[in-house]
Amino acid sequence: MSPDLVKFIFGRLTWEAIPLHEPILLGTFIVVALGGLATLGLLTRYKLWGYLWREWLTSVDHKKIGVMYIILAIIMLLRGFADALMMRAQQAMAFGDNAGYLPSHHYDQIFTAHGVIMIFFVAMPLVTGLMNLAVPLQIGARDVAFPFLNNFSFWMTVGGAVTVMLSLFVGEFARTGWLAYPPLSNLAYSPDVGVDYYIWALQIAGVGTTLSGINLVVTIIKMRAPGMSLMKMPVFTWTSLCTNVLIVATFPILTATLALLTADRYLYTNFFTNDFGGNPMMYVNLIWIWGHPEVYILILPAFGVFSEVVSTFCGKRLFGYSSMVYATVVITILSYLVWLHHFFTMGSGASVNSFFGITTMIISIPTGAKIFNWLFTMYRGRIRYEVPMLWTVGFMVTFVIGGMTGVLLAVPPADFVLHNSLFLIAHFHNVIIGGVVFGMFAGITYWFPKAFGFKLDPFWGKVSFWCWLVGFWVAFTPLYVLGLMGVTRRVSHFEDPSLQIWFVIAAIGAVIILCGIIAFIVQIVVSVLNREALRDETGDPWGGRTLEWSTSSPPPAYNFAFTPVVHQLDAWWDMKARGYERPTTGYIPIHMPANTGAGVILAGISTVLGFALIWHIWWLAAVSFVALAAAAIAHTFNFKRDYYIPAEEVVRVEDARTEALRSLT
Amino acid sequence: MASHAHALTEADKNRFHMTEEHHPENGTLLGFWIYLMSDCLIFAVLFATYAVLGRNYAAGPSGADLFDLPLVAVNTGLLLFSSITYGFAMLSAQAGRKTPTLVWLAVTGLFGLGFLSLELYEFHHLIHEGAGPQRSAFLSSFFTLVGTHGLHVTFGIIWLVTLMVQVGQRGLDEAMKRRLMCLSMFWHFLDVIWIGVFSFVYLLGVL
Amino acid sequence: MTAAGHDTHHAPGAHEGHGHDAGHGSLKDYVIGFVLAVILTAIPFWLVMGRVLPTPQMTAVAVMGLAVIQVLVHMIYFLHMNSRSEGGWTLLALMFTLILVVITLSGSLWVMHNLNTHMMPLDAHDMKQMP
Repeated sequence: MSPDLVKFIFGRLTWEAIPLHEPILLGTFIVVALGGLATLGLLTRYKLWGYLWREWLTSVDHKKIGVMYIILAIIMLLRGFADALMMRAQQAMAFGDNAGYLPSHHYDQIFTAHGVIMIFFVAMPLVTGLMNLAVPLQIGARDVAFPFLNNFSFWMTVGGAVTVMLSLFVGEFARTGWLAYPPLSNLAYSPDVGVDYYIWALQIAGVGTTLSGINLVVTIIKMRAPGMSLMKMPVFTWTSLCTNVLIVATFPILTATLALLTADRYLYTNFFTNDFGGNPMMYVNLIWIWGHPEVYILILPAFGVFSEVVSTFCGKRLFGYSSMVYATVVITILSYLVWLHHFFTMGSGASVNSFFGITTMIISIPTGAKIFNWLFTMYRGRIRYEVPMLWTVGFMVTFVIGGMTGVLLAVPPADFVLHNSLFLIAHFHNVIIGGVVFGMFAGITYWFPKAFGFKLDPFWGKVSFWCWLVGFWVAFTPLYVLGLMGVTRRVSHFEDPSLQIWFVIAAIGAVIILCGIIAFIVQIVVSVLNREALRDETGDPWGGRTLEWSTSSPPPAYNFAFTPVVHQLDAWWDMKARGYERPTTGYIPIHMPANTGAGVILAGISTVLGFALIWHIWWLAAVSFVALAAAAIAHTFNFKRDYYIPAEEVVRVEDARTEALRSLT
Repeated sequence: MASHAHALTEADKNRFHMTEEHHPENGTLLGFWIYLMSDCLIFAVLFATYAVLGRNYAAGPSGADLFDLPLVAVNTGLLLFSSITYGFAMLSAQAGRKTPTLVWLAVTGLFGLGFLSLELYEFHHLIHEGAGPQRSAFLSSFFTLVGTHGLHVTFGIIWLVTLMVQVGQRGLDEAMKRRLMCLSMFWHFLDVIWIGVFSFVYLLGVL
Repeated sequence: MTAAGHDTHHAPGAHEGHGHDAGHGSLKDYVIGFVLAVILTAIPFWLVMGRVLPTPQMTAVAVMGLAVIQVLVHMIYFLHMNSRSEGGWTLLALMFTLILVVITLSGSLWVMHNLNTHMMPLDAHDMKQMP
C-alpha cells in the first residue's frame, strides 16, 4: 500500500506505537491480556453474558450503577497504586551512579498517570458510586431523576478510564504532570499523543461527571419523600447536594479550559503558547478555578459519610446538625475564592497573594467546626469501634494534621519556600488519603451490607485499616521532612546520598499500604465465601438512623414498597422509636424506568471518537461523530421508557421478606 | 424553600408510609435549566479568556480593523426574530395547535440558518484576509467564543428538526410539550449569550 | 458538551405523563420583550456606529449597562424567570451561576492583570503588546 493510503487509514498510528521494546509494559500487557481472556472465557463458559447485559450493563437501577462505579474505582486503584509503587521504588534506588530502573520519559508518564487516575478514575467514581448507592435510598426515592442519564454517565466514565488504560499499550501517556500545564503540554514541547490521550480521556469522562452531577442535584431537590424538608435531610444527602452543585458549576470550566488547550494542539490557535500573544498562565489560572472546588467535590461526601458513621456508631443524633449543614454550604461557596493559592509563586503581587492566602485560611474555620461536631457527637456516646468507626477516628487524627500543613502552605511567604516541594506532596496525600480514601472505605464498609445483604468480614477490615493508617504515616512523614529540606517533586534521580534513607522509608510505607489494599481485597473474597455467616436479614445491621436502613438488604428494585413519610431528622430512628410496624398488605403496582442499552452504545462510540482524534484518524473521527449524533437522535425516538411492576410481583417479594423477618424472632 | 410537595397534612402526622401511588414532580425542566447554567459557565471561561487575551494582537489586526458592524447588526436581528418566532411556536403548542406550531418552528429554524450563514460568511472573509484563528491570541479567543456560540446554534437547529419530526408523528402530548419547552429555554439562552457577544466583543472591540 | 445537549432533555421515563406548572409566557409578554429587546439592541449599535458619546469609555459603560438590562429583559419575557417557578430553584441556580460568572471573569482579569504588571517586559516588541 502506498504510504499516503496507510497514513489516511491509520493516522499517526504505527507499529512503533506498540511498546514491544519495553519489557515492563510488555509484561503488564501480557498479564492484562491473559486476565481479560480468562474473564471472557469464564463469562462464556458459565453463559453469563446475557445476565450481565440485562441485569448490569444496561441497568438504570441506581444501586447497580453505584456498585459498578465502585468496582471501576477499585480496578483503577490497582493501576494507580502500581504507578505509586513504581515511583517509590525508582526514587528509593536512583541515587548517584544508579540511574534506577525507569528511564525519565517513562517515569514522567507514571507520575502523570498516577495523579490523573487517582483523582479522576478512583476518587471520583468512588464518590459518585457511593452517592448513587445511598442518596436515593436516604431520601426515600425509587430511583434518580434521570435513570437513563445515570447509566450513560457511568459508561462515559468507563470510556475515559478505557482511554487512559489504552495509552499504556498503544502509544504513550502525557509526561506533563496531572494538570498538563502549557507550554510543556503544547504542541511545541509535547508533539506526541500523550497529551491528546490525557485531553480526550478527561473530556469523555467529564461529560459523564457533569451529567451525573445534574442528575443527583435534581434527584435531591425533586424526589425527597413527603415530609423531608431540606433541614430534615440526612447529612450525607446534604454533602452530596453540595458536591453535585460544585460538579455542575466547575466541570464545565475544566471542559472549556481543556477545549482551549485542544484548539492550541489541533487548530494551532494561540491561547497558551509563548508567542502571538498567548499566555500559558491563563491556563494555570483557569484550570485551578476548576481544580480547587474539585478537592471539595471529593472531600464533602467523605465528610457526609463520617457524619452518618459517627452518629450511628455512637448511638446519638449528630451534634450540631444545622451547623454541619451551614459549614458545608459555606465551604461550597468559599471553595471558589481560593484558587490562586495553587500558584502563589506565579508572580502576582502582594495584594492578590494576600487576598487568596486569607480566604484559604478562612475556609479552615467551617472545616474545624465539623471536626468539633464529630468529637461532640462521640462525647458521652456509646461508641462501637466497628470498622467504619475505626476509619472515622483514623480520619480525624490524620486529617487534622493534613489540614494544619495546608494552613501552613496558605501563608504566601511560606509557600514560596515549599511550593512544588515534597512537602506539598505529603500535604495533599495527607488530606486525600486521610480524608477521601478513609471516608470511602468507611462508606463502603458501612453500606456494603445494604447493597449485598451481608456484612464485610471485620477481621480483614481491621487489618486493612491498620495497614493503611500506619503505611500512610510511614510513607509520607519522610516526604514532609524531605520537602522541608527543599527536595522538589517529580524528580527521577538524586545526587545527594544523605537523602536516600528517607526515600527508602517512604518505599517501606508504600509496601505497608499495599498490604492494606491486599487485605481489602482479601476481605471482600472472604466475606463472599463466608456470606451465610455474615448474612443480615434485618436490613438494619448497624442500628441505623436514616431511611436506607428501613428497607431490606439488598433492597428490591423499587427500593420501598410504599413511599415513606418523614417526620423528623433521622427518620428511621423516629419510626423505630414510635413503634412503626411494617405493612404486609395493600400492595399496589409500582411505576419504574426500563433498562436500555443506549448508554453503553453512546459511550462506546464516544470512546472510538476519542481514539480516532488522538491518532488523527480523521475518517474514523468523522464516521464515529456522525454515528454518535445519529444514535443520540435515534434514542430520543424511544418513548417507551417505563413499565409497571405488577402488584403480584411486589406481594411475592414483600412476603418473602415478611417470612425472613419472622424467622429472626 | 421547602416546596408545597413536602408539607404534611394533618392526616399524615401519624403515618409513616403512603398507601397510594406517589408521584414526585417531574424534574426535566429543572434539570435542563441546571444544564444551561453549566453551559453558561463554559461561556464564562470563553469570555474571561477573551477579556484577558483580547487585546493581544501580536502586531496583527485589531477588532476595529476587522469587525463589520452592519453585518453584526443584521445577525443580531435574525437571532432576535428567531426568538419571538420560537415564542409564537410555544404559544401555538400550548394551545395544542399542531400545524401553526410546526410552521413557527420552521420559521425559527430558517432564521437560525440565516444567522449561521452570515457567521460562516464572516469567518470565511476573515480567514481569507489572513486574520484566521492562528494569527494572534485575540483572534484565537474571538473565533473560539463566537464559534462556540455558532456550534450551539447548529445543535439547536438539528434538535429543532428532530422535534419537528416528533411533533409530526406524535402530536402535542405532554412529553412533546416538555421537549419543546427545553429547546425554548436553550434557544432563548443562546440569545442571551449573543447579547454578551455583540456588546462585549463586537461593539467594545471597535471602540 | 455535545452529548448533554441531546440527552438532558429526555423525559425520565418513570414519571412520564405527570403535569408540571412551569412558567408559560403570553403573547403580550413575548411582544413586550421583543420590542424592548429591539430598542435595547438598536441603542448600543447607534452609540458605537454614530460615535454619539464624547469618550469611548462612556460608550463602553453605556453599552455594557444596556447589555445587562437586555439580559434581564430576555430572562423575564422570554425565559419567564420568576421567583416561583420550580419552587424558586431556577432563580437560586441562576443567582449562584451569576456569582460564579462574576468571580471567574473579575478574578481572572484581576489575577492576570496584576501578574502582567509585575512581569518585566522583555523587549520593545513586548512593550507594545502591553495593555
